[in-house]
Amino acid sequence: MALLSVQGISVSIGALCPLEGVTFDIDKGEILGLVGESGSGKSLTAMCVMGLLPRIGGTITKGSIAFDGRELIGLPEIELRRLRGKRIALISQNPMTSLDPIIRIGAQIDQVSILHLGLSAEAAKARSLDLIAQLRIPEPAAIHRAYPHQLSGGMKQRIVIAMALAADPDLIVADEPTTALDVTIQAQIIQIMVELVRDRGLALMLITHDMGVVAQACDRVVVLYAGRVAEMNAIGEIFAEPKHPYTRELICCIPRLGQKPGSLKGIPGVVPSIVDYPDGCRFNPRCSNAQALCRDRAPALEPKSSGLAACHFSEV
Amino acid sequence: MTAFAPIRTAIRSPRGGVSAAVLVLVVACALFAPLIAPYAYDIQNLPGANTEPGAAHWMGTDEFGRDLMSRIIYGARTSLSVAVTAISISVAAGLTLGAMAGYFGGWFDRAVTAVVDLTWSFPEILIALILIAIIGPGLESTMVAISIAYLAQFTRLTRAQIMALKNETYVEATTNLGAGHFHIIFRHLLPNALTPVIVAGMLATGDAIILEATLGFFGLGAQPPTPSWGAMMSSGTAQIFIAPWIIIFPGLAIAITVISINLFGDALIEALDIRNRLRSV
Amino acid sequence: MISFFIKRLLLLIPVFLAVSLVIFMIVHLVPGDPIDNLVQINSSPEQKAALAAKYGLDKPLYQQYAIWLGNALTGDLGDAIVLRRPVADLIAQNLPHSLSLGALALLFSTVVGITAGALAAIYKDSWIDRVTMTLILLGSTVPGFWLGLLLIMLFAVQLGWFPVSGARSWDALVLPVLTIGLGGVALVARVTRVAMMETARKDFVMMLHAKGVPPWRIELRHVLRHALLPVVTILSLRIGWILGGAVTVEFVFARPGLGSLLITSLNQRDYPVVQGALLMLAVAVMLGTLLGDIVQAAMDPRVRERIK
Repeated sequence: MALLSVQGISVSIGALCPLEGVTFDIDKGEILGLVGESGSGKSLTAMCVMGLLPRIGGTITKGSIAFDGRELIGLPEIELRRLRGKRIALISQNPMTSLDPIIRIGAQIDQVSILHLGLSAEAAKARSLDLIAQLRIPEPAAIHRAYPHQLSGGMKQRIVIAMALAADPDLIVADEPTTALDVTIQAQIIQIMVELVRDRGLALMLITHDMGVVAQACDRVVVLYAGRVAEMNAIGEIFAEPKHPYTRELICCIPRLGQKPGSLKGIPGVVPSIVDYPDGCRFNPRCSNAQALCRDRAPALEPKSSGLAACHFSEV
Repeated sequence: MTAFAPIRTAIRSPRGGVSAAVLVLVVACALFAPLIAPYAYDIQNLPGANTEPGAAHWMGTDEFGRDLMSRIIYGARTSLSVAVTAISISVAAGLTLGAMAGYFGGWFDRAVTAVVDLTWSFPEILIALILIAIIGPGLESTMVAISIAYLAQFTRLTRAQIMALKNETYVEATTNLGAGHFHIIFRHLLPNALTPVIVAGMLATGDAIILEATLGFFGLGAQPPTPSWGAMMSSGTAQIFIAPWIIIFPGLAIAITVISINLFGDALIEALDIRNRLRSV
Repeated sequence: MISFFIKRLLLLIPVFLAVSLVIFMIVHLVPGDPIDNLVQINSSPEQKAALAAKYGLDKPLYQQYAIWLGNALTGDLGDAIVLRRPVADLIAQNLPHSLSLGALALLFSTVVGITAGALAAIYKDSWIDRVTMTLILLGSTVPGFWLGLLLIMLFAVQLGWFPVSGARSWDALVLPVLTIGLGGVALVARVTRVAMMETARKDFVMMLHAKGVPPWRIELRHVLRHALLPVVTILSLRIGWILGGAVTVEFVFARPGLGSLLITSLNQRDYPVVQGALLMLAVAVMLGTLLGDIVQAAMDPRVRERIK
């Protein structure tokens, strides 16, 4: 049985319905990529898994989220809080703003193991120092005493990772962990996370808009488009034989070495606005294959020759 | 968008509507005091001193038997004219100083900022008291003291607006087209910086009414027999045991006026959507 | 921290010089011969001449200022015209009353204001929020002296719980502190409320929730701590404003203190006392601002960094 199983969840925020029938699962030791353009609902999915959706004024209207065999939807807040940080940890998008600027780095990492593992202050500090060292940060003791503004972005993101690891979680949700960082640092951070998953047998839900990152790190990929799952497949199949036209376009957007100048292209059109989703398949206004059926009826997420895809014409 | 559209929006909100109505009433009292007031403000009637509020005198009479309501209606004249004049002068001076400091920068800006920061940390009442110590008590001194006491606020606010606008591309474009400094300041920068400063000025008018009343209460503002809300309460303190209404009603007049100004200003800030620009100070 | 303190103290010197210059100039700007503004009524020509010599009134203005400032710094603020006593004595007599009133009012405003503002932000749109918002509106619009008079009428005249005026016992402090306090509470509560609501929207707060930290702990240990930074900034900027409230309130409650000394002397045109009282009040405002800066640096590592 999968460690995390998300089945057909729909989310509403006020009158808007930014997620519809999102389905995927993650096994232990697996890295699942959640890919899509901004506004496709990636971060919102992370909020659902973390049980933090009510904090931003949203509710899950349909579906189920099972973690380690336990249903999370409808679980009392106090139970969710015991899972958060302990068994499911978050690595957030922007390390610059994710740390409390007026509290020492060390105290912020210690906090997690004191809270969830019941460690004493000294034991928590020793554990944090150990974690900092494991993440290949020089001078752990000095970093432990430092304040966030004294560290670079890449260092801060490592600290956020250390914070996520502090209580030995089973699942890490990483919401665009490298977007705010320099390109050279990005690869390092992804490398660190891949190693962690392999060494500790964690499950990682890696949210990104960067197919390059997906190719580097993930075992399986879920492609989101406008709040719905477009396609889900293993990494090899997705790149070899994408089933959804949107996935094809995404792959075409990856720059390659030796590519002819000017041959790199973007996807024509823009992501539809949430207040004005098109009828039928939401990708139809941008799809070169769109037929009358696509404008008429939304395709279901169905098994194809491999994986799942939501396209009426994926087999043609 | 015409200049009146936000005012209309403000009046349509419940807070804005009620407060605007009260303000119109207060201004009407100030303008048409002789027509509205049931008695003259200075007619003494010693046998009828300290009469309780009743049919003949709705708010009672003071220690000289003068009708309190009439004095409050005339008092609106004193309070409003002093506060509005003082703040208008202060706003005009603050706009000029702040715009020049923000636009030209350099030593002029540093000097203005230094003086503004210096006065900023001192309460308005203390600045007003220093000035009154120099120019002596009276209504004119009160006016001067109030306009100088609030100068720092408007200078600071204008300067902040100008600094924010100065770097925008259209100003650079105008400079490159060879427009003169004063043309740029008065035709391009000030009109865009004006709204927050005027709204701040309106809110400060409320504070100025309180400051005027406080100075009047200290006996440093309007001199008898000029009716002023602050001075009325000051003479009422001697009667606090027997005629509390002498203190209650003028204070109520101040409180209601100032609350209305604040509520209307707040509604206006909302309608204009300039809360952040006002807070940047 | 100590170097920061010294640096801030040094920065106050030009401010002090500027303010003292303005205060010194009062006697010269007032119409009439400065000597008549300084000398006791019915003084003999000899006494006048002695005083003129003491202040160097025949010397250039800047030398007079130096003499005056030198005297003031060594505790000689001249003699009161009306009360015929050294101004320094009058100030020494009144200062403790103002200090206790100001300190208590500041404490009251801070504690009650932060509590009310924090509760209003945490329970936004509840009755607590609405009561606090009303209090904020009243506190920032009702004239302080009128509020004082109303409190006297209710609690001293009608109910007789507290003395009407004076400073003979501790309970005479209650109504004055409340009077200044309402304005201070309004100011502090407003800033706290807005700052807490803004902090609550920050990324690191969401991250704390994601770490599983209990909400009450997030509000108190993290959000409130951040919200206090702007509160301290405002307080250090407006500490004089609370002291200004003390000036008014002392007069209303006929309490001894620098404020009532100042107002009385202003009405009597007793310029040496006016100068002395203003100088003390200005110093109090400056020290208050300094205190605010220090508290701020103690609370925010980023501020300490900027100072280095």
